[in-house]
Amino acid sequence: MGLLSDPVRRRALARLVLRLNAPLCVLSYVAGIAWFLALAFPPLTQRTYMSENAMGSTMVEEQFAAGDRARSLARDFTAHRRKSGALPVAWLERTMRSVGLEVYTQSFSRKLPFPDETHERYMVSGINVYGILRAPRAASTESLVLTVPCGPDSTNSQAVGLMLALAAHFRGQIYWAKDIIFLVTEHDLLGTEAWLEAYHDVNVTGMQSSPLQGRAGAIQAAVALELSSDVVTSLDVVVEGLNGQLPNLDLLNLFQTFCQKGGLLCTLQGKLQPQDWTSIDGPLQSVQTLLLMVLQQASGRPHGAHGLFLRYRVEALTLRGINSFRQYKYDLVAVGKALEGMFRKLNHLLERLHQSFFFYLLPALSRFVSIGLYMPAAGFLLLVLGLKALELWMQLHEAGVGPEEAGKTPGSSPPHPPTQGVGLASLVAPLLVSQAMGLALYVLPVLGQHVATQHFPVAEAEAVVLTLLAIYAAGLALPHNTHRPLPCRVVSTQAPDKGWMALKLVALIYLALQLACITLTNFSLGFLLAASMVPAAAVTKPSGPRPLYTALLVLTSPAATLLGSLFLWRELQEAPLSLAEGWQLFLAALAQGVLEHHTYGSLLFPLLALGLYPCWLLFWNVLFWK
Amino acid sequence: MAAAVRIFLLVLLLLGPGGWGQAEPPRDSLREELVITPLPSGDVAATFQFRTRWDSELQREWVSHYRLFPKALGQLISKYSLRELHLSLTQGFWRTRYWGTPFLQAPSGAELWAWFQETVTDVDESWKELSNVLSGIFCASLNFIDSTNTVTPTASFKPLGLANGTDHSFLRYAVLPREVVCTENLTPWKKLLPCSSKAGLSVLLKADRLFHTSYHSQAVHIRPVCRNARCTSVSWELRQTLSVVFDAFVTGQGKKDWSLFRMFSRTLTEPCPLALESRVYVDITSYGQDNETLEVYPPPLTTYQDVILGTRKTYAVYDLLDAAVVSNSRSLNIQLKWKRPPENEAPPVPFLYAQRYVSGYGLQSGELSTLLYNTHPYRAFPVLLLDSVPWYLRLYVHTLTITSKGKENKPSERSPQPAPPPPLPLHVPQHLSSQGYIHYQPAQDRMQPHLLEMLIQLPANSITKVSIQFERALLKWTEYTPDPNHGFYVSPSVLSALVPSVVAAKPGDWEESPLFNSLFPVSDSSSYFVRLYTEPLLVSLPTPDFSMPYNVVCLTCTVVAVCYGSFYNLLTRTFQIEEPRKGGLAKRLANLVRRARGVPPL
Repeated sequence: MGLLSDPVRRRALARLVLRLNAPLCVLSYVAGIAWFLALAFPPLTQRTYMSENAMGSTMVEEQFAAGDRARSLARDFTAHRRKSGALPVAWLERTMRSVGLEVYTQSFSRKLPFPDETHERYMVSGINVYGILRAPRAASTESLVLTVPCGPDSTNSQAVGLMLALAAHFRGQIYWAKDIIFLVTEHDLLGTEAWLEAYHDVNVTGMQSSPLQGRAGAIQAAVALELSSDVVTSLDVVVEGLNGQLPNLDLLNLFQTFCQKGGLLCTLQGKLQPQDWTSIDGPLQSVQTLLLMVLQQASGRPHGAHGLFLRYRVEALTLRGINSFRQYKYDLVAVGKALEGMFRKLNHLLERLHQSFFFYLLPALSRFVSIGLYMPAAGFLLLVLGLKALELWMQLHEAGVGPEEAGKTPGSSPPHPPTQGVGLASLVAPLLVSQAMGLALYVLPVLGQHVATQHFPVAEAEAVVLTLLAIYAAGLALPHNTHRPLPCRVVSTQAPDKGWMALKLVALIYLALQLACITLTNFSLGFLLAASMVPAAAVTKPSGPRPLYTALLVLTSPAATLLGSLFLWRELQEAPLSLAEGWQLFLAALAQGVLEHHTYGSLLFPLLALGLYPCWLLFWNVLFWK
Repeated sequence: MAAAVRIFLLVLLLLGPGGWGQAEPPRDSLREELVITPLPSGDVAATFQFRTRWDSELQREWVSHYRLFPKALGQLISKYSLRELHLSLTQGFWRTRYWGTPFLQAPSGAELWAWFQETVTDVDESWKELSNVLSGIFCASLNFIDSTNTVTPTASFKPLGLANGTDHSFLRYAVLPREVVCTENLTPWKKLLPCSSKAGLSVLLKADRLFHTSYHSQAVHIRPVCRNARCTSVSWELRQTLSVVFDAFVTGQGKKDWSLFRMFSRTLTEPCPLALESRVYVDITSYGQDNETLEVYPPPLTTYQDVILGTRKTYAVYDLLDAAVVSNSRSLNIQLKWKRPPENEAPPVPFLYAQRYVSGYGLQSGELSTLLYNTHPYRAFPVLLLDSVPWYLRLYVHTLTITSKGKENKPSERSPQPAPPPPLPLHVPQHLSSQGYIHYQPAQDRMQPHLLEMLIQLPANSITKVSIQFERALLKWTEYTPDPNHGFYVSPSVLSALVPSVVAAKPGDWEESPLFNSLFPVSDSSSYFVRLYTEPLLVSLPTPDFSMPYNVVCLTCTVVAVCYGSFYNLLTRTFQIEEPRKGGLAKRLANLVRRARGVPPL
């Protein structure tokens, strides 16, 4: 402030910002991207360490040995499932009861807003079965959850078998201090959501379900298990949850500890942990893992049943058994031992998991980047917007007081009304129009699906996606001079650039605010959007090479970012997409995005439709300002 | 010689009044009893009761000679003018849904309630001292009982013993849900027994087995009772009860057959020589249609049939004082064999049970919900619900809703059919019981908890949901417990009800009936009294990161320093150069202040 109160130095600073603006912006953007890529390299990644004292050492002797029982249970489950064609509720109840659990069921039903093409479901109704192991001498105040989501295809039967065998083993032990809930959900995540909502007695997504008869206090942690074969070559751990929420890092550390102890091969994002950190290969591999994690987290969808637990502040992760063509394979005993160890350690917890990080990025299973280290990357990107906004502000300001300064007549009264007032009034129309477009984008596709199916030969899901795209494209064709027909036209006397400058200034601040807020809660999403939208937002103006700007702006629109991310994602997974496949995947992703907003409360779709798309339209307006 | 005679005379003199002068010396008697109940779930519950009865006016006269009655407790009664004292220490939770209605349930943790005599002037002070003394006697953290967890129930806890008036201002009730019960609490409890753990039933009380169970509850109940049938004078009764539930799966390694040895790793050899009565009851009632689901060995010499908790029960009785029972094999190891595995039959669901939970998510608000199940096919009955909620959960009383069968069930509304007469152990004024009863005492921050008592009519075969919303308060940073992220406990709700019986009980002689049947006074034969507790709740409050204050202090100081310095600079500096254009916001602000100060603007 001392600097700003001195008019001479202030003017010097302003001049510096104005003159060096472009290089500063470029530098800042490059620094942001470089910082992000550097996150995968050792000085910025740290080794993970267990923060929670209660889980500190791995002094647990795993005794689970009932691999045969698990396999036979899995076979029975598959047989009963095939016979009944749905979840064999009666068999599950009987088996759980014979193991010594308190067994309850919950039925639920949900009508999706439009048919889900990928999972082929519309009117969903199912039954969840869960058994509670009551800890002796505890009053059911705390519990742990082991959940197995069962989809319509019975690929998860081995997980059910292992879960039941584990339940039988756990039931014979006396050391439990927390109740353990063994949960089998039908229709995978929909069932999990129904159960969680009923357990917490809330209704977030319009699910209809019967109330739960049995509860076990506050859930402290949950593990979701997905196994599709009797043997696995590696266990993949999934942490990204709904809206990019992550479980406490200690839970992941716990899993990793038991992976090491049991000699299990564990992967993250399907990638092995790089062994060699000194050469360039290790960090390069971890860049891939990091990018995959960023893409997964940015999508905001629950990548496994654990993702839905995170909303209720239940630390959770999904373990996915992968059976590939590697030579060394592990049977269910090894997986069961790892789970037993994890549950015994979680049983030791005195407090909720809170000691370690909740915000982190994982370039490898045993390495993490903490929030303090990754935030600068996004900060640098947002600085570009700030610098641009400052430049515009100063230009606007100078334009307003320009004649005064030029004339050097401090005594003469200014002939114009205050400049900013006019500028702002002319901005109201474009702002309103673009927000209205966003609202239409959010509301109309689902609302108007029936109208669309009546008039066009398309299915509901297609109708939603196509309406979405149509409205999105229609936004581009809107009249771009909405500022003109305003009654108070005083613009003519002003500098001609003033209008778009003011609009761009507002748009820049709007974008910067949105991105900053998103980055704070979901870094990956914020960073991806910033990396794609910032350059175009910074350079857009009505003068200059307009076709180039147009192309750049279209390429960095939210939808294009989504499309690009899909290609990048598949590229990193070493399953590259062709263009046609990519387009199909894009359409499916759009439908899934809308669906997940309605079924699980994922926030990506409203964020893009109500926040970023209107903001982007403002830049489009700037580009075509007349 | 003369000296010796004199001493002899002196001894005679001293002994005289005690030896001959009193026609009837204060009598005391001990009865001990063990009830073994196979539970519907296949587990086995064992309930010990030791009852010491002392025909003495502890409060009227100054008593110095104690025989069977423990002196520590006797002195407590006279010192604090107690009328009744009930203390229970419990680890685990009685699962009424699966285990059936208990003889006597206790909430998880420690529960203490006491009635004081009407002569006590400062009840709160006596209560505080009493809890501290008991804390020492039972090695429990009862000293944590203070005004923030003590309530004065108006209706739920009536004196169980002889009482003239029931002015509830002499009642205090507190629960510590967090209390952990272990051997250190068992040892002092055992020391109060006349035979300690040397002889009689108490030889079975070995800590290593008792704490290897699903549920462990030990309690002490002191109350005045009638000395004779006409109730002309008062005796004091001390009941020490201990209930454990053995887990069929863990302890029996899958087998559900039981023996005393398997449960306690001891057998019974001899009765306590001080005991007037020493009996073991084994519940051999068959639940199914066909008889003989379980078999007891050795075959009992006598059986006892009565209506217990509304159903007809048959007990095999082993009287340890009967020489034939023990002397055959020099030790009594009662064995229980299931003829058919019990899981084939659906466990009979008790008429009344409850469940409690916190709903909602997030750290701002939530909802306490209690589900009350009435499974009686055609009888509705009222339940008195008591909730004591700590002050840091701010209850919104206007959100209190009671719904049963989808309809609102107002506690203050007149019920369609006239409610039964007020239950005897519940203290509801006559005129209120027919139109419902609700009592709410709001909390005071850091002073007293919320108290909510309601009489709710449970329709037949229904689930009634009682829910009330709350907001989580932000505590002062020194008020958090050492492990704040564990959460904060909310003590269980208490349900007191008169549940309709299936079979009418015939009134028997109270003094002669077995101990497990005579804890609660019986009002009429058509219903029985049940007091149930729900599970305690664990609620997480917004908890600061306790390494944060340092960061916050640093940040705030920096921000304040920077802002203050700059503003001070702006306000006090005299500018030499006149700027032609209007200044920015800071300058305008500065000018405003300067104008107010009367200094020429910049």
